[in-house]
Order: sequence, then structure tokens, then C-alpha cells
Amino acid sequence: MEADVTIEVNGKKHMLRVDPATPLLYVLRNQLELNGPKYGCGLEQCGSCMVLMDGVAMPSCRVPVESMQGRAITTLEGLTRADGALHPVQQAFVNEQAAQCGYCLNGMVISAVALLQANKKPDEAAIREGLQRVLCRCSVQPRVIRAVQRAAGTLQ
Amino acid sequence: MKSTPFNPELSRRKFINSLGCLTIGFSLTSTPWASAEPLLAEEKLPGSLQKHPRIDAWLEVLGDGRVRVLTGKMELGQGLRIAIAQVAAEELDLEVEQVEVHLAETGRTPNEGYTAGSGSMENTAMSVRYAAAAARQALLELAAKQWDVSTDRLSMASGRVLWDASKEPLTFAELLNGAQLEQEVKLPVRLKARSEYRYVGKPILRKDIEQMVRAQPFYVQDLRFPGMVHARVVRPPAYEAKLLEFNESTFQAKVPGLLKVVKNGSFLGLITTDEYQAVQGQLLAREHVRWSTPKPLPQGQPLINYLKKLPTSSRTVKEKGAVEVLDKPTKSTWKAEYFKPYQMHGSIGPSCSVALYDGQVLHVWTHTQGVFPLRDALSKMLGMKPESLHVIGVPGSGCYGHNGADDVAADAALLALAYPNKPVRLQWSREEEHAWEPYGSAMWMAAEANLDASGRITHWRYGLWSDSHSTRPGGNAGNLLAARYLEKSFERPSSGYSGGAYRNSEPYYAIPNLKVDSHFFEGPLRVSALRSLGAYGNIFAIESFMDELAHRAQKDPIEFRLMHSEDERSMEVLKKLQEVLRPEKLNANEGIGVAFSRYKNVASYCAVAAKVAVDKKTGDVRLLKMWAVIDAGEVINPDGVKNQTEGGMVQAASWTLKEEVLFDKQHVSSRDWYSYPIFRCGEVPEVEVVVIDRPNEEPLGAGEAAQGPAAAAVVNAIYRACGKRVRHLPVKAAYLK
Ligand code: FES
Ligand code: FES
Repeated sequence: MEADVTIEVNGKKHMLRVDPATPLLYVLRNQLELNGPKYGCGLEQCGSCMVLMDGVAMPSCRVPVESMQGRAITTLEGLTRADGALHPVQQAFVNEQAAQCGYCLNGMVISAVALLQANKKPDEAAIREGLQRVLCRCSVQPRVIRAVQRAAGTLQ
Repeated sequence: MKSTPFNPELSRRKFINSLGCLTIGFSLTSTPWASAEPLLAEEKLPGSLQKHPRIDAWLEVLGDGRVRVLTGKMELGQGLRIAIAQVAAEELDLEVEQVEVHLAETGRTPNEGYTAGSGSMENTAMSVRYAAAAARQALLELAAKQWDVSTDRLSMASGRVLWDASKEPLTFAELLNGAQLEQEVKLPVRLKARSEYRYVGKPILRKDIEQMVRAQPFYVQDLRFPGMVHARVVRPPAYEAKLLEFNESTFQAKVPGLLKVVKNGSFLGLITTDEYQAVQGQLLAREHVRWSTPKPLPQGQPLINYLKKLPTSSRTVKEKGAVEVLDKPTKSTWKAEYFKPYQMHGSIGPSCSVALYDGQVLHVWTHTQGVFPLRDALSKMLGMKPESLHVIGVPGSGCYGHNGADDVAADAALLALAYPNKPVRLQWSREEEHAWEPYGSAMWMAAEANLDASGRITHWRYGLWSDSHSTRPGGNAGNLLAARYLEKSFERPSSGYSGGAYRNSEPYYAIPNLKVDSHFFEGPLRVSALRSLGAYGNIFAIESFMDELAHRAQKDPIEFRLMHSEDERSMEVLKKLQEVLRPEKLNANEGIGVAFSRYKNVASYCAVAAKVAVDKKTGDVRLLKMWAVIDAGEVINPDGVKNQTEGGMVQAASWTLKEEVLFDKQHVSSRDWYSYPIFRCGEVPEVEVVVIDRPNEEPLGAGEAAQGPAAAAVVNAIYRACGKRVRHLPVKAAYLK
């Protein structure tokens, strides 16, 4: 069942021996020991597992790892600069204290980064739309919206 | 060389010298103690401190100059750690960064029961404040002795005691010389003067949010141990289904990486090398297992009709004056009946635990709200001595009450015992979390009241019908899901009406004649504590009813509540809300509703307003904005109180507008986020929270104060917008058309 699969994550290529049908999320968390993407539903309903696939925010909980070959995957870890400085979106979440338990935060930050890449000056409706796939039960969305607005400001 | 005088009160316990170096940042920010007019606390010690009076039960001085605070509570996303660090840093004149907070762990931290009911500020934060203040005094005395000077001349900063410029300051670690402060905290305790506060009352940033955005390992879900294996449990199709047959050999052949199948009565689990193998195995097992078909659930009728037919046991919660006149309604009598369905916690991250049995001790890493009660329940379920269990609290996804956290820990414990010497990780699936967690009980409430000619309430009668709101493990094995399926199974204990159903069932208003009764039934679904317990349903009913009465009395809803308030602090939050709402303008299809309660009638005061727009053609409700004014006594961290209040009211609005656990004849059918939808970003209102700080009052938890008022504010707003009174939750568009 297992096969060699090569994926590129956060700018690094990884050759892995896995069941090629394994959803990307499990490979990221268990083989590559990344903490950013999280298991929330495994059904592409909650956004906890978001990653950037060629710059687009996508859930990783169902796509088979083999379909990711040749695509550039970025996780929450990959947003931090090499010198350790936070990405402006990450920084804005800290400044706005946009979390309670923080379990949704991966999906929120990843979605916000993708949104701001596509739309430098999103209005509130566009921000809400951009975060629509990510559920937050602690209900910190108002803070998340403020964080995205702040990040949009610093990115300009 | 410094010498420390022998002090018999100091223990011989060694520092945990994590850095092995004593250099730390040093700043001269502190004022000498003598000028600070300390507050003398003489009355009584906070509850948790009474049970664990030794200073070193609460804090340890580390060799690197930092202080570790030990708390028996858990971080649930409520910002517990920063609040505790602020309080400790304040009394000891440390930097907040120098305080490390160690979360609940058996054998290590004080036993503080559950992190629930918004009690952490009153208990833990205050215990830490007193312990830190006592530690300060003890450290000053040690330095005074060493320098042969009065403590009045000394001050503290950044983990050192200072005298005058010619003397090298002494670090806490040097003063203790390898020991910890073993003495008990005794009254009176000199607390720092509030005018000297540097941290308490300020919105100090939480440190953990940076760890989260950096994707550092943080959650129990992120624990990875060498050799860790993965497990899943195969759930029955119904609560009472029994395992009849499991075709183990054909199953085994089909699951790659399968290490072990654990079968104990109707409890069936599997352990694999990789996580995805366990996930697939869990699904596949369904084809290899046969279960009994138990009695069907009562579906196919409105739930309220079914609940009304259930036998009940009743008790009077409060009786004052006489209410029999309500038996003969007049035209000044008003009656209404309300209903709330089963609602779920709906944590975003399904429950998770890691367990390891090393042959002697079973270690369990868990995001439970109570490591000690869980340990006791596990000890009974497993027939092991409590000393053989080591339960370690690690943050998980927000839980909002008793969700699957304890259950998954029990699952992992059972599997780890059957597979020793390997850390066994188990995370529930989304479907398990949705379908097996204990829900907030469905409730129905009946209210009646008489008004006099001036519009005052003269008589009030209220009854509530509910299942229990607390079936936490509490040392009881039968409250752990897995325990009911074991060969030697444990009965689910009935907690009766002690379970929090009547929380806030007595209105916090001046009403001369009043009777409140609580009726307990056993409903069809598994239930337990959901944020604010019965207060959500009771305040939804009481505050909707207050609005209905205000309307009949032709009074403004806030004025009507003020007319019936006697407590200055109630009045102040209501008046503040009135002021905040004054500039608001409304369009034709919009309305603003308000509601108020004092949580548990003894804790935080909270007034909430909601603004909605109702589309009369479709019945769609848009929640535009919510406001809250909260008085949670002394505020340790205003942004923490704000965050909790914002989140609480928006979550409660989601419950109110959208949520209802549904079931078919077999089991719960709300099994994912499509069949149990909650607010998405587009539905979340704008929020505004005003925090009234009362530095001279006891600090009160804020995490649950907004739940009930938020529900009533939303339905009251809908009434103002379209004239339809919603008494049956969740709000349904069909009713508003
Ligand atoms: S875990 Fe992937 S969307 Fe929920
Ligand atoms: S912060 Fe807890 S789920 Fe969003």
C-alpha cells in the first residue's frame, strides 16, 4: 500500500513513504510534526486544517497526499520569517489578542494571508467572506476581523 | 560569599534549576514597601488557600530567578494564566514574564476541583494573590535578617530584594538557598496597595497567543512522544446498544498497521502504528461488528410534548409571600411558556488524550476541566489506586463545559493499560464529538405574573423542567462514557436536581410575592454542564417574560427593569447600557432588545443588548450588533473580561438563533457542522463591551455572565423588529414570516 511521495512544504522537499491515499493533514502533523494545521472535522467543514496550496487557502483534511506532488504547500509555521519575525498577519492576531482557545487560529491566519494576497484592501464584507470557511466556537471573529484589518493596514 | 541564616521554616526542597544561571534583568521600578500603604487582609483566606495553606503549594522560586505558580485550574482559553501571572507578579514585584504558570496536575498542584462556574478568579487568583503576598513578606524578612535591617527599609524588583545602593541585591533564590517557602499563609496578610498596581487592572497581553500563531506545540493534540501509537474507539450505533459479535480475524487482516484490538464488554478499541490507519480501522470496523437494537429514542413528535409527559421530581427553589392569587387569572395576569432544545458544546477540536502505562503508573494527558476528579473516576473505573494515576492537564480546544474531554481520557486510559509502555494517542472524530458528548439539557419554563396599576410586578410564579446540568465525572466512574460499556459496567448515576438546572431561576428583582419551582426529568439524551448550566434557559425565559411584562405595563424595557431593581450595581449596568444605546438609529425592519442578569444571583452583573433586522418576507434574522455592560468586580485583566464577554454573548446568540441537537430513533443525528450549524463569520455581529471596574470588590468570573441575557436580548430584539414573540428556541424563520 505504501509508496514514495514527494511533497514540498514550507519551501522544503520531503520524500516520504506513506499510503498515498493518506489525507495531507495526517502527513503534515504526524510525519512532518507540524502543529499549525489541526484536525477539526476531517470533512472540509470547519477550516481547522487550512494550509496554503500554491498560495490558496485550502483544507488539508481530505486531499490525498499524493495529489499534492508538485504543489507548494505553506503551513502556519512557514509564514514566520527565517529570522523568527512574525508575518504581519500573525503579528496582528497577537496585537488584537484575537484568540481564546486558539484552536481555530491556524485556519483564520491562513485564510487571512490568502485573502490579503488576493485583495490588498478588503472591506469588512470581503474579510468575512474570506474567513467564512473557518469556524470559531469561542466566537472571537470580531477580533479576527479587526486583526485582518490591522494587517491589511501594515501590509500596504 | 553570602550566608543565609538557618531558618527552620524553610524546607529542604531543591530548586528546579532550569537554566542553571542566575542572571536576570534588573530594574529599579519598585517603591519601598513602607510608603505603599498596604491593604491588610484580615477577614478570611480564599477558599482554595484554606484547603492548601502552604506557600509552596502555590508558588516555587526557581533557580533562574523566575517564580512558578502552581494552580489546580486549567487554561480553557479564558486567559487564566495571564490573570494569575499578573496577580503574582504584582504582589512580588516581578515582571509578568518572570512568572510561569503550571496548570493542574495530580501530585503536583493544589486540588482545586473543576475549572468551572466562573470561579477561578474568586478562588485561584485570590489564593495566588495571598500566597504571593505572604511570600513577599517572608522573603523580605529573610533579607532583613541577613542585612540586619528592618523590612520597612527594603524593596523588591524583578525577583530581587534591595536595600541601598552599596549592597548587592539578593535574589529570591539566594535568599532561599535551595529551599522553598513551606510556611502557611496566615492572616492578616499584607497586600499591595492598589494605587501601586503595575499589572492588575491592565490589559496585559496574553503570552500564549504568540505561541499559537507560531504553531508551537501547545495543545494536548500536539503532544508527540517517541514510540507513540494511535488509537480509536468503535462506538455503538445507539446509547444502549450492546456488542453482540465482532469478527476480529477478518477485521485484522484488513487493517494495515494494526497493533491491537481491545475488547472489553461492549467497549471496542483499536491501536495502530499510524493515525490514519486507526481512522480507517474505526470506519471499517462497522462492517465487522454486530450490535443489539435497543429501545428506540422518542422521535417523531415535538420534543417538548414528549418531555411534558415524563415523570418528574420537584422541589421549591424559593418562596416568598403568597402567589395563589395567580390561580385565578385577571386581566392584569400574564402567562407564557418557553422552551430551549438540547444544545451542544461543539468544540472545534474534537477531544483528545494521550495515555501511557509504564507498568506501575498510568499517566494521562488530558484537557479535562478537573484533573483530580477525573483521576478519582478513572481510579474507580480501572480498579487502580489513585496514587497509581498521574493526570496532567494540557490545554485543548475550548470546551465551554463538560464535553468529551473526560471521556476520551477514559478511552485512552483503557487502551494504554491494555498496551503498556507505549504512549497511546486518541482523538475523537468529529462525528463522535457531535454524537456522544453530553449536551446542555432541553428545558421548558412556565412563567406567570400579576402587575399592579402602576406597572409593578406584585406576584410571580415560575417553574422550570429540566434534566441534570452536571454529570461530570466528579470521582464517579459511571459518568465516564466508556465505563458504561465495559464488561464490568458502571451505572450512570442520577444527579437529580442538584445538577444546576435552577441556576438563576429566581429573578434578581424586587418582587413581593414569588414562587420558583424546579422539576427534574430524565430526558432521552446524555446531558451535562454547558456554559452557564440552567442559567441560559432560565434567563432566556425570565428576561423574555420581563420584556413581555414591560410591554403590557407600557414601560421602556430598561426602565421597567430599573423599577424592579434594588441593587445599585444592577442599576449601574442597566443605566450604562441605556447610555450606550442612546445614539443608535433604527430602520423600519430593525429592533433593539435588552436583557439583564446577575450570574448565579451572586456573581457578575451583565446587561446585554442586541440589534437585529428581520426580513418579514423570508423570516430571516440578521444580528447586526451586540452590546454588553459587565461588572465583574475587581478586574484583573480588562481585555480578558472583554474577550470572554464578547465570545460568550456571540456564542449564546448562535445557540439561540441556530442550534438544536436532533435525533432519530436510533441516536443523535446532528453529527457534523452541516447537520448542526453554528455561526459562521458572516453571521457574527459587531460587538461592543463596556467593563465596569470595581477595584474594591471581589473579582468575579466573567465567562458565563452573558449567556442568558444574550439569548433574551436577541428574542426581545426580534419582537421589537417585527412584533413576533419567539418563545421556542431556536428561532425559526418560518415563524417570523
Ligand atoms: S479539519 Fe479540515 S475542514 Fe475541518
Ligand atoms: S479561539 Fe477557540 S475556536 Fe476560535
